[in-house]
Amino acid sequence: MTKGEIVLGCLAPHPPHLVYAENPDENEPISEGGWEALRWGYARLARKLKTIDYDALVILTPHWQTYIGTHFLGVDAFKSLSVDPIFPNLFRYHYDLKVDVELSEKMCEIAGESGIITKMMRNPDFRVDYGTITSCHLLNPEWDKPVVTVSSNRNRHYYSVEVMNEQAQALGRACRKAIEESGKRVVLIASHSLSHRHFTTEAPLPEDMSREHIYNHSQYVWDMKVIDLMRNGKMQEFIDLMPEFTEQTMAETEGGGLTWMMAAMGMPEYPAEIYGYQSVIGTGNVVACWDPNDVTREMVL
Amino acid sequence: MSDDPVLFGLYVPPHPHPLLAPDQNKGWGELRAAYDECRRRIEESEADIIIVYSTTWPSIVGHQFQVQPEPEWVHVDDDFHFLGSMPYKFKMDVEFGNAYRDAAESRGLHARTVAYHGFPIDTGSVVALSLLNPDNRIPACIVSSNMYSNRSETIVLGKAARDALKAQGKKAVIVAVSSLSNRMFTKHVDPVDDRIHSAKDEDWNQKILEFFEDGRLEDLSQLSRDIHGQIRVQKVVAYKPAWWMAATMGQHNNYDGEVMAYAALHGSGGAVIQLTPSEGSFGDKEFDEDDVETYRGDRNVLDANAGDMQAPGGVDGPLDEAERPADDEWRNPVEVIDDLYDEYGSSVISHATGALGAAAGAAIAGPVGGVAASIVAKKTVGKMMSKDGAIIAEDAPSAVGAYPHARRMGNMLFISGVGPRSPVDNTIPGGPIEDEDGNPLDYDIEAQTEACIENIRIILQACEADLSNIVDVTTFLVDMKRDFSGYNKVYAKHFEEIQATRTTLAIQALPTPIAVEMKVIAKAP
Repeated sequence: MTKGEIVLGCLAPHPPHLVYAENPDENEPISEGGWEALRWGYARLARKLKTIDYDALVILTPHWQTYIGTHFLGVDAFKSLSVDPIFPNLFRYHYDLKVDVELSEKMCEIAGESGIITKMMRNPDFRVDYGTITSCHLLNPEWDKPVVTVSSNRNRHYYSVEVMNEQAQALGRACRKAIEESGKRVVLIASHSLSHRHFTTEAPLPEDMSREHIYNHSQYVWDMKVIDLMRNGKMQEFIDLMPEFTEQTMAETEGGGLTWMMAAMGMPEYPAEIYGYQSVIGTGNVVACWDPNDVTREMVL
Repeated sequence: MSDDPVLFGLYVPPHPHPLLAPDQNKGWGELRAAYDECRRRIEESEADIIIVYSTTWPSIVGHQFQVQPEPEWVHVDDDFHFLGSMPYKFKMDVEFGNAYRDAAESRGLHARTVAYHGFPIDTGSVVALSLLNPDNRIPACIVSSNMYSNRSETIVLGKAARDALKAQGKKAVIVAVSSLSNRMFTKHVDPVDDRIHSAKDEDWNQKILEFFEDGRLEDLSQLSRDIHGQIRVQKVVAYKPAWWMAATMGQHNNYDGEVMAYAALHGSGGAVIQLTPSEGSFGDKEFDEDDVETYRGDRNVLDANAGDMQAPGGVDGPLDEAERPADDEWRNPVEVIDDLYDEYGSSVISHATGALGAAAGAAIAGPVGGVAASIVAKKTVGKMMSKDGAIIAEDAPSAVGAYPHARRMGNMLFISGVGPRSPVDNTIPGGPIEDEDGNPLDYDIEAQTEACIENIRIILQACEADLSNIVDVTTFLVDMKRDFSGYNKVYAKHFEEIQATRTTLAIQALPTPIAVEMKVIAKAP
């Protein structure tokens, strides 16, 4: 069997505002637009994804939070309604997705063998988290590829961000091994923002861009610092900085997504492709990807 | 019959085990039996409504109230999905939910209702309502637990529930859904091996249960921060359910407490507890944290420049829609300032008040207007009026509202109320009287009084006058008993020879955490 591989890694934030702003048929609320810098960046990355041959999307999302190990979706298909608990006024999305259960089981198995606590999620009534729905919609609105969602193990709340960083790297290495053994071509997705201090009130018109800005300058400076590391292919340095960055900016990286993905991709030393940066309700969001293929890799921004 | 709007309160665990797997563990079964007994007691009560506050419904944009009339779904827990699904169909008291939201807003909270098909009702609420009210005999209200809220916000949320109950003349059973210690095992364990995660957690759980059994809910509320630090996972700001429960039940220690069951739930502490208001008294409250009636914290961070609005005249909460200018009226403050200066700069001497109050106020209402007004004022610095009109003092603390530092009328100078705020950096000499959460701080009244008088001197100087011109002083103190002596001592140092008339008043609060404000009338030079 051909050795499987990771063909792309995407940092894909999931503010429901982006789906809301786009007005897709699947989402109930209607908007006047907004957050174009991110949405246009997402659209460009989605076009790139269309040019890549891959079998499945594997996504780690901070909105499936588990405390008892890492869980993997284990049901063939899910069709339901995803309503964001924080912004239900913006996101009520009717989803219909397929799961690559074989790949999911493989990752669960290999991770378990490496000492990670794991569990397959077999309940057909389970509602897929909105992070998965948002990131996958924006990257692949046709939903024509199967998905595997990996839960975000939050037992770091019992310990520290450093523990998260180590656990997520172990999980990343295990997932890479599983993907290689599966023989499949896989796109990884770390579904989260960067800095995550956000406003606690909402503008009367959510998409009023005159009200949108980064929460504070410190967040912005941190975001720019780590994006600069991405642009310069210094991901090991970023992952080493991850605990400090996460604590200083209350970053959503606390869920382990980027650490997991970078570990799975062997800590890239090549530049990330940056597609756009913008705040969403004060949080810092960047759309980026790591393309291991130096022929197709490009300097976007 | 008691006129207390709360018949009794319940404290129950959020985990799905008592609902889905009571037979798999003896303790889970005991919790289930206690839940069932609570259900019977609710059925026998005269309750009009069940109000649920669940720690597993975190909100971020203020607090949320479920007002979907009959929410229906099949819920699955993120961690314990293997125990099974939880189909539900609940009945909400929409009228009460709306009233509760309104009451919360009236007390300064940011609040909104949610009424969307498919809204993800949390595991704790689903478990509690499924077991306590399976036939929907009594309508319910579910309120979220704001992730960032702290004591004052949660206390006020509880008081708002009482407001709404009293306004509607309803009797309630209230339910706080929360673990005691909430550290779970991080690996899968056989149900029969379940136990409290650690001896420390067990010790603290027993302390909490003892407080509950003694009916000392208010004391428990005031221990919340200690509890959070000792046995709660640090993923949220604070351990809030005791705050909400105590505030909703009236903030006292007079309850009959009954711990009906206590058991481990995958390592965390689960208990079913009933508190019923009683005539007896445990005694004085052991602790005495300050109470709070209205939330005045920072919840308007999205409003332009609001993050800087910590000075007198700044706002303490979001603008009401009625107060908020239409979107096309919002302008960049700098542009407005420049426009105002261009228009009024040269003639501001005689028109300053009108310019600030009318032009700035109308162009950029609220706090931004206030800032614009003060900056306009700074641009017209030192412009002394040769005749009646407003006076702005460059070196005095900025007036953040649309008012001048002083106004001349004939041969008299009327000075606006002045606090101790530093004109350099807005700090409060002698320290603020409370922190951001409303917790009292030690402060130096003498330093505050000195700073206050110095600010008056600066303003008078801009009027080409000095302290000796003062003929009348009105002083406002927020704590007469504590501060009069220190204030009086400093006052005497400056005014003993001036012999102005004086009135000193005790008032409830000043706009910012200061202890003293002074207003004077002086003779113009």
